[in-house]
Order: sequence, then C-alpha cells, then structure tokens
Amino acid sequence: MPVISVTGLDLCYGKRQVLQDISMQVHHGEFYLIIGPNGSGKTSLLKALANLLPIADGQIEILGKSLTSYTRRQLARKLAVVPQQISLDFPFSVAETVLMGRAPHLGLMGIERGADHALAREAMHFTDVAHLADRPLDQLSGGERQRVIIARALCQQPEIILLDEPTASLDPAHQIQIMDLMERFRVEKGTTVIMVSHDLNLASLYGDRLLLLHNGRVEMVGSPDEVLTAERLGGCYGCAMLVEKNSLGQMPRVTPIPQKYSHIV
Amino acid sequence: MFNDLRLGVRLTLVTIALAGLLAISFLLGMGIGPSGNGISELLTAVFGSGDPQSVFSVIVWKIRLPRVILAAAVGSTLSLGGLVFQALLRNPLAEPYILGISGGSAVGAIGGMLLGFSPFPGMALAAFAGSLLILVLVVGLISGNTSMGRDSLLLGGVMMNAFCGAIIMFLISITQTSEVHQILFWLMGDLSMSGLDRLPVLLLLLPCFAVIFALSKPLNMLLAGRESAASLGIDVRRLTMLLLLVTTCMVSLVVCQSGLIGFVGLVIPHVLRLLLGPDHRLLVPACILGGASYLILCDLLARTLPTSGEMPVGIVTALIGAPLFIALLWRSRRCQ
Repeated sequence: MPVISVTGLDLCYGKRQVLQDISMQVHHGEFYLIIGPNGSGKTSLLKALANLLPIADGQIEILGKSLTSYTRRQLARKLAVVPQQISLDFPFSVAETVLMGRAPHLGLMGIERGADHALAREAMHFTDVAHLADRPLDQLSGGERQRVIIARALCQQPEIILLDEPTASLDPAHQIQIMDLMERFRVEKGTTVIMVSHDLNLASLYGDRLLLLHNGRVEMVGSPDEVLTAERLGGCYGCAMLVEKNSLGQMPRVTPIPQKYSHIV
Repeated sequence: MFNDLRLGVRLTLVTIALAGLLAISFLLGMGIGPSGNGISELLTAVFGSGDPQSVFSVIVWKIRLPRVILAAAVGSTLSLGGLVFQALLRNPLAEPYILGISGGSAVGAIGGMLLGFSPFPGMALAAFAGSLLILVLVVGLISGNTSMGRDSLLLGGVMMNAFCGAIIMFLISITQTSEVHQILFWLMGDLSMSGLDRLPVLLLLLPCFAVIFALSKPLNMLLAGRESAASLGIDVRRLTMLLLLVTTCMVSLVVCQSGLIGFVGLVIPHVLRLLLGPDHRLLVPACILGGASYLILCDLLARTLPTSGEMPVGIVTALIGAPLFIALLWRSRRCQ
C-alpha cells in the first residue's frame, strides 16, 4: 500500500489553475523528488500534500486515509514539513525550536516532559546542531538553520517528511550535508522522504524516483535514468541540456548548455 | 543560566518576582498622593488601628484603592493585548493603540454615551463593536497580500487612528454637553473617574486572561509562521480568530473604563521579551503582572508630577512609549 496516494488532483490560486490532474504514488521508505521548472507547481503540490493549501478537486490519501479525515494534530504526528524558511521576527533558541516538534504529541498547554527533552537532544545530535542549542535562530547561518528545522521535523517522529528546496541558497558542501542527512534519516528511521528540488544533479544522486512537473501537469515519473533525458528536460525547461553518465555510479549528470557552446551539441 | 531551568521553575521565579514588584507598586500607589503621603500612615489605615473615618483613611480606601486597581487591570490588559497582537500579526510594533483598535473602541464608547447607553453593558458593547470594525479593516488590509507586510499594517493603523480621532472630534463638536472637558480628558487616558462601583466589570477580564494563557504554547508556534504552525498541528485560523476576539473584547472593555492609553502594549512586552526570551508561556503571566505594575507607577507619576491638579496618564505612557517605538522602528529598519 502506498504511503501517499494522489488521484486527479487539481489546485487553483483564484482563477489560475496551478496543478492539473496530478496522480502520484509514493511508497514506504522512498526518497521521492519533485522537480520541474519555476512556476511548474512543485511547492503547491507539496503544500497540498500537507493540507496547507485547499485543493479544487481530486483525492489525497495519507497512510491509507483521506487527508481531509485527519485533524491538523493527527496529521502532524504522521507528516512533518520543512518549509523553505521560517519567520525570524521573534527568534526562539535552537533548543526551543526543536522542542516545538513535540507539540502534536503533547496536551493543550504543551508541557514537555523529560522524554520530550531527550528526543529533542537526540534530534539535535542527529542533525549536528547540539552545540548551538542556546543560540537564537537568527544568529545562525542558512545551513545551520535548515538543520535546526530538520531536527524539529525529526522530533515530530513522522512517518513522512516533506521538504521544500532545503538546499536552495546553500554552498555545495552544505547541500550534500543536508541531502546525506535526509538519506540517513530515511535509512535509519524508515521515514519516507519527499523533497522539492531545483537541483537536477542532487535529484539524480539521491532520488529513488523523480516526478517531473511541467505547467502544473505530471510530465513523467520514474527513476533518474528514465526521467533525466536531454530531450525531455530540454522540452520542459526550454533550454538545451547535456546529459551524461556520472562516473560515481552511472547516474545521469545534467548540464544546461550555455549559448556559446550550443554549436557543439 | 536562567534558560537552562525547566519551564515550571522559570514560571515560578518570574511570577514571584513580578508579583513582588506589583505589591510594591500597589503600596506606593496607595500611599502617595497630593493629600498626604506615607507608607507608615498607609499601613495604619489599612491594618486597622487608625480611625476608619479619618480623612486619610477615606482617601486611601475610596479614592486611591479603586484607582490603583483600575490602573492594574488596564495595564495588564493593554500589555497582554500588545503581546497577542505582536504574535498574531508577527509584527513587533503592533499594539492595540497603534493599530487603532483602542480608537475604534473609543468611537464606539462615545457613540454609545451620546445615544444614552448605560456604561455597562451598552457602552461596552458599542466599544466592542467599534474595535471589531477597526480590527476587520486593518487586518483585512494586509491579509491575502503578504508582500504588504509590516509597514502597511502600521500605516493602516495610524490612518485608522486619525480617522477615529476625527470621528470623535466630530461627535464632540456636535454635542452640547458640559462634559466635553471630561470626555477630552478621558480620551487622553484617564484613571481618575474610577470608583469602587465600577470595578466588578473588570472581573470579566479574568477569563480572557485565562484563555490567552491556555493558548500561549500555540502562540509560540505561530511566531515561526502560519504554515509552519499549521504543519505542527495548529488550527491557525481558529486560533487566530479566538485570540483576536478575546483580545479585542478585553481591550474594548478597558477602553470604556480608562480611555485611550497608548504604548503600554509596546513597552511592557518588549522589555519582558528582552529579559525573558520569546516563550509566551512565561510572557503572558509576566505581561499581566508587569503591565499592572507599570501602569500603577505611570499613574502615580501622572498624579504627582504636576504642581497642581493632575494630568492624564496617557501622556505619561506616550512620553515613555513613543520614543521607544521610534527606536524599535529604527532598529528593525537597520536589520532589514
């Protein structure tokens, strides 16, 4: 049984249709990447899966139950979201932020017990932010902040984690660090990871399956080998792409071709 | 070091410290005034051995006590109102007065007064309606357009304030009562009209405080953003609606009693946030106690600073609060 099952999903912002007839299935423990050009609806799809955007039509099932049958709290125990960024107007400390991940498991006043503090500490160690525990969030670098939010998601003990471009605005070393972290998360905790990404090469290196969105429709779902072909990417992105085999493990490596080299291809 | 302690311990420490401050403010507020000072005299009058009919004793019990209680209630409510608005609108500069919510209640209250409503519940309901209307207008202005952000919210509030001020002046100019001076005084924030009989209404504030305290953890999570809170299991819409209603209700109740007292909801939450950090489970009780002390002391200044008579307490709070507002605005501009 798929962990997430979507059939015939439509989504609109006002009169503008952003997603059209999306169907997808994500399996347990999968590293699933949603890729596509700007404005293709990737983030909207992710938000729809987390019930953060109302859908116009279609059916979303999470762990075999309709998304609409969950209360927010019930959903937050099953599914964690790592947003692109969180507001820093009132900066909590790293430890306080991570501890908030326990909220869906606590009572009304949200008093954390020893076990909750232990889970938060474990999550901070897992994402290597334990040494920053008392620092306010607004004093951290982008990569550190991203790892704090991932620790918060970990603290939720979810079965599914959704990430919205967690590697945007990070340098290559930190990008790999975040991706490795999610891979470890997936392998050690058995969590299903669904990630929106702009980076086709990271998608190729980590993704079990990729969903390529184009103009709000599913262009293709499949393994990196199947999805990342020069012809298909060129059509979607409107830019000639060079696709070769990566010497690391034979997965595709994608290079957009600059104008000045276009005569070579 | 303070932050290493468990929440329960921190909550107890903060409550004890601020309750102590409140007790001292209470004593000062009751003991000092133009018709006789002295803590020792006060203690005699309070704890019985003095003549209960003496002038000083009557002044302490019938005039100063209700006034200090009113100041405490108003201070608590306005600080808490500022705290909640700042969290809900995620704008550190939001406050009932600056957003025009207080102005809206004042229009409602004066309108109700001119229509001959009784102070309670008639005027209070009119004030509530007025503040709700302003709330809907100001929040409606920013909702659905996140890029408008913080400055437009403040601008909207300032405009609402100017508009409410104009309506109030208009209402005053078309009335022929001898109470115009009193209304004007009330508008600038005045605690001198209190009497023991007007205090029971203030008990309605207690359930409002309790609701806000019970929701302080979800409020924390809202600070990281609405979607972030929703993904952590908060029903953001319901939480926001409930808090806005409760806060508007208690603010309008207080405005009916005390008029327009500005900037309390800015000063107290900011000072306490600097001292205690952003956790609302601490800030809510701290604002209640700290805001009470602050307004008692401001009122004490308003009563004792002028050489003859007294000035509205709103002048004292604005003299302290407005420069702080400008400093905060300057700092947030620099950060962006």
